Amino acid sequence: MKVGLFVPCYVDMFHPETGIATLELLERFGLSVEYPVDQTCCGQPMTNTGCEREAAKTEELFVRNFEKYDYIVTPSGSCTNQVRHNMTAIEQSDAVKHVRSRTYELVEFLHDVLKVDAFPWAEFPHRVALHNNCNTLRNLRIASMTERREEPFSKPKALLKMVKGIEFADLTRPDECCGFGGTFSVFEEGVSAKMGQDKVTDQLKSGAEYVTSSDSSCMMHQEGCARRMGANLKYIHIAQILNGARA
Amino acid sequence: MTAELHEELTDPNADQLDHGAASSRPLKSRISEPQPRGAKVHGNRPIDQSEAANRFIAATEHEAMHDARLWDLRQKRDKEMHGIEEWEELRDLASGIKEHTLSKLDYYLELFEKNATANGIKVHWAKDGAEHNAIVLDILRKKGVERLIKSKSMLTEECGFRHFMAENNVEVIETDLGERIQQLDDEAPSHVVVPAVHKLRTDVAGVFAKTIGSDPDNADAHYLTECQREATRPLILSAQAGMTGGNFVVAETGTFVVCTNEGNADLSANTPPLHIASIGIEKLIPGLDDLAVFVRLLSRSALGSPITQYTSHFRGPREGGEMHVVLVDNGRSARLGMEKFWPGLKCIRCGACMNTCPVFRRSGGLSYGATYAGPIGLIIDPTFNVHKYRNLPYSSTLNGSCTNVCPVKINIHEQIADWRKTLAGEGEISPVKKVMMKAAGEVLASPVVYRASLPLGRSALRHLPHFMLYNKLNTWGRKRDIPETPKQTFNEWYRKNRKQQAEGGKS
Repeated sequence: MKVGLFVPCYVDMFHPETGIATLELLERFGLSVEYPVDQTCCGQPMTNTGCEREAAKTEELFVRNFEKYDYIVTPSGSCTNQVRHNMTAIEQSDAVKHVRSRTYELVEFLHDVLKVDAFPWAEFPHRVALHNNCNTLRNLRIASMTERREEPFSKPKALLKMVKGIEFADLTRPDECCGFGGTFSVFEEGVSAKMGQDKVTDQLKSGAEYVTSSDSSCMMHQEGCARRMGANLKYIHIAQILNGARA
Repeated sequence: MTAELHEELTDPNADQLDHGAASSRPLKSRISEPQPRGAKVHGNRPIDQSEAANRFIAATEHEAMHDARLWDLRQKRDKEMHGIEEWEELRDLASGIKEHTLSKLDYYLELFEKNATANGIKVHWAKDGAEHNAIVLDILRKKGVERLIKSKSMLTEECGFRHFMAENNVEVIETDLGERIQQLDDEAPSHVVVPAVHKLRTDVAGVFAKTIGSDPDNADAHYLTECQREATRPLILSAQAGMTGGNFVVAETGTFVVCTNEGNADLSANTPPLHIASIGIEKLIPGLDDLAVFVRLLSRSALGSPITQYTSHFRGPREGGEMHVVLVDNGRSARLGMEKFWPGLKCIRCGACMNTCPVFRRSGGLSYGATYAGPIGLIIDPTFNVHKYRNLPYSSTLNGSCTNVCPVKINIHEQIADWRKTLAGEGEISPVKKVMMKAAGEVLASPVVYRASLPLGRSALRHLPHFMLYNKLNTWGRKRDIPETPKQTFNEWYRKNRKQQAEGGKS
């Protein structure tokens, strides 16, 4: 199984440790993982702003970088959603279709494809609040949502439960969007920041020491709000916890 | 009236003031936070929703109350949902019934007309708001009506009905309490179900004090409701005509159904001898069996109550009276022809998408500057005016909560994204967004240019690169800290630590 690693632009730039943890974690399972060094972005900023034509060249580059892999794995559900459901600015060739259907968010990949049943190296004796990115939650269906009448399930929680010592903190509004929303965070800055502050307040009230998520983008926004508010909360990507980070 | 006293007089631990001191010291002002007003409308200029939203957020008492109140409705809705085992099945059914009816709308409209006419209802057809208003005015003039009582109707908001009637010297009295508050304050409804939900009780006390002479310092809900009742009942009793909307129009029986909680639609319809119902053509459903599905979903989704207090079936005029139904298109048949946007016509106006929307709860419905606010508004408003409402589809994080609470399964968040594409394709996008996205597209399409644009290792740059910020004003940093830039990117780390693979991974 040949795996291509996609490290989203903001992870590459601001959270390289998330990329490193993802790579090391996949390697622990004996996979041959490659990171194509000429990668940039999935095209989501342009597509979400309605500028599909402007996304075309970025999407083409993405497909050129990843078409040779059996699976493309990325520590971001939001980018996965873009590739799987919205990469429509370019002609849908076989290569494009292959890349779109083979791109997985890390938690999905571990849970559904590798069917991992243990992380013996992982131990995280802390109180942790889990945040699900909205695309990951409602479009990739990584967990059940409170809006629907369905059997509760959570793939990230199922994985985290295998980590020794971890304790979960419950939020009062677990599914509420944190207000990042990609370009929304800059174009609609006021509402975005207010939503972020409310999310941080909920996390604080839960007694969480750490917040974790399979998406760094939401956490970058939340952490920015938390620091400005002087909130004592730490943000860590789920890949780091599963890879055995010790706080 | 609650007495205004110095805090020292009511606090047992404070140094007590003697009578002289208490009466000579000025009372602390108890002016509450002024109500934030809605979007600024400048003719056909694109509405700036975020400007109005920021003012709403700055009014912290209003924002906190609004968010808590609507979130409470959402939670009550969830509780009701869990009480119905077949909830998701009901949503499928409701969506299917609406799709079926919309696909044969001409047939069902004619069937309704035939059956309603046989029941003694006079059916009128209006292609737009102006035609609707003219038809209603004509009916009223023929009967010499000077005062009309009406219940809540979003359609009449679309038509600018109240203002039109005022220009033509017909007094319109809203009978829904929230709608009456909005009428007296000369504001549009901010929500399709709870039209004055953006107001605090103190705001209402202010409006009533000015318009019906209540005590400005008494913001007790029972007192205010009672004052309104006393002021409005005589007007209701002396009105010569009543108007309602219609939640569902049943083709097979030629009847229509109005759902309310205050019973005000029944007052409007039954007190005067003339009843006019203004109804959008998308409200059709085939039969009474279909109605049962919607009745189970409507109030549970809207308010988290099992059913509305009143579900009134109207099937014909009373003896000696008249009943008219005005079926209004006002852009609906054009919307039906829109490949991506026709499912918006399935909407039953429950407001669940508004209650769940994190942006709506923090912005207030009037920030949208349009008849329909919140998620459903973002996908309906541009069909009325693409230029004026071109920014509205950006007032969403695309989080998808709306789609999943919608009782008729409208793919709201997907349509919001589709509207962005459609509007940008028609050139209806702000130049700032267009320029930034073009630049971002160029940078991200080239690994070399992209790598060169990164701030790392060059200086302790405090600003994000422009392609991520899209904005030289650094709006990110206004209320949020900017993430620290680490010593090296993942890309640089990889090239150093996985040299062999880095060679293999070159495309």
